[in-house]
Amino acid sequence: MKNIFFIVMLLSTQLAFGQKYFSKTGKISFKSDASMEKIEAQNSSASTALDINSGNLEWAVLIQGFKFDKALMQEHFNENYMESGTYPKAKFKGKIDNISTVNFLKDGVYNVTATGQLEMHGITKPVTTKGVITVKGGAISAKSNFSVLLADYGITIPKLVADNISKTVDITVDVSYQLMPTE
Amino acid sequence: MTLNSILSIASLCLMTLFASAQEKDMLSMIKDSVMTEYTTASFKTDRVINLHSLENTAAGNLDIKISHRFGFFSGGAYELFGLDQASIRIGGDYGISNRLMVGVGRSSYEKTFDAFAKFKLLRQSKGAKNTPFTLCAFGSVAVKTIKPSDPTRVNFFSSKLYYTGQIIIGRKFSKAFSLQLSPTIVHRNLVDKASEKNDVLALGAGARFKLGKRTSLNAEYIYVLPNQLAPEYRNSVSIGFDIETGGHVFQLHFTNSTSMIEKGFIAETIGDVGNGDIHFGFNIARTFNIK
Repeated sequence: MKNIFFIVMLLSTQLAFGQKYFSKTGKISFKSDASMEKIEAQNSSASTALDINSGNLEWAVLIQGFKFDKALMQEHFNENYMESGTYPKAKFKGKIDNISTVNFLKDGVYNVTATGQLEMHGITKPVTTKGVITVKGGAISAKSNFSVLLADYGITIPKLVADNISKTVDITVDVSYQLMPTE
Repeated sequence: MTLNSILSIASLCLMTLFASAQEKDMLSMIKDSVMTEYTTASFKTDRVINLHSLENTAAGNLDIKISHRFGFFSGGAYELFGLDQASIRIGGDYGISNRLMVGVGRSSYEKTFDAFAKFKLLRQSKGAKNTPFTLCAFGSVAVKTIKPSDPTRVNFFSSKLYYTGQIIIGRKFSKAFSLQLSPTIVHRNLVDKASEKNDVLALGAGARFKLGKRTSLNAEYIYVLPNQLAPEYRNSVSIGFDIETGGHVFQLHFTNSTSMIEKGFIAETIGDVGNGDIHFGFNIARTFNIK
C-alpha cells in the first residue's frame, strides 16, 4: 500500500512537472522618448509559453503586428528600422531563474528574474530582466519592463533624425496565461 | 510490488521528465494563428514621379505636395539650363481610409485646378489572404482657368474640363523592386485640332529600385497609343530619386513633361529628350497626422 502511494505521488509530481501555460494574446508595447518625438507602439498578439516548474519561458512576436498612432511611423519602423520583411519576428527564449519561489497554489504577487536570449533584427543578445508573476484564483499573469539599446541589435538611426529617436527603447510585456492543453 | 518495478517506474518518470526538460521549443506546441500580412512600402510615396503610384496616403494623414519643374535644359546657359523658369503644382492628399484617398491641387501651368480620388480595390498580401498584386482605381478632373486666348468667341465652362480614369495594377516583387502598370484614359472636352482625339488611351509603367533603406531610383514611361494626338506630342519619360527623411519624401527627377497632372503629362508632353528638352524637377511631400 505504501508503495502504491509512493508511485501515485511520483506520477502526480510528474504531472505537475509537465504543466505549461501559454497565451497567444500577450501584450508587448514599447516607447522611446526623445526631445522631438515620442514613439509608441503596441502589439496584442504575441505568443508566449511558460513552464511553471522548470521556469522555461518563451516569447515570439510578429514585428508587423506593432500598431502605431502614426501610419508613417509604422511604415518606417517596419521598412527602415526593423526590416520586418527580412526579420519578421522577435523572440525571447530563456528561464525564470527563481521560479521555485513562486507558489502557484497561493494567490500573490511574486517578484521574479528572467534571463535569456532576445533575438530581433536578426541579432541575438543575452538579456536579464525583473518582472512579477501574479497568481490569483488559479490564474497566472506576468509583467515585465526592460530596456534595450537599439545599437545592440544593429538598428541604426540616421544622423538626420538622431535627435528624434531615442537610442534606447523601454519595452513592457504583459500577459495572462492559460493552461496549455496536453495532447 | 517489488523494489525493482518501483525503480523501473521511477526511472521511466525521470526519463520523461528529462525528455520534457530537453524540449526545444515550447512555442512550437502552440498553433500560430495565421494573419493577413499586407505588403507595405511598395513605393516611398503615392507618386512614382508624375504618375500615381499604387500607394495611398494612410487614413487620417494629410500629405502636402509641392512640386516644381524647371525649364528645359535645352534652354542653355542663357536660361541657366532651365532654372530661370518654373512650373509649380501645390496640392494636398488626404487619406479618408486606408483604401480611399482624395486630393486637390493647383498648377501654375495654364492655371489648372485638379481633384482626384484613388481607391484600393485589392491589396497585395500574404498569409490568411493571399493576393499577388495591388489594384487601384483612380479618377480625376481638371479645370483650366487661364483666360481664353480668344475672348471674343463663346467659351463654355465645359470646354475647360478634363477627366482621367486609370487602373493601377502593381506588385512589390522584392524588398527592393516594385513595378506597376497604369492603363489610362484621358478625356478632353475640347481639343485644339480636329485630328486630335477627345479620348486618349495610354499605358503607363512605373518602377522603383531601392538603393538604400531610405533612397530609391524611380522610372516611368507612358506610352500613348498611336493616332490620337497631334504629331508634336511625345510620350512622357522620367527618371528620378526618392529620398525619405521621416516625415518628408523628396523626389528629384528628370522628365520631359511640364505638367504634373494626368491630362497634361500624358497628352500634352512636348519635350524631345534627344534635343535636351528635359526638365529638372522635384516633388516634396510632407505628411501630417491630423486624425
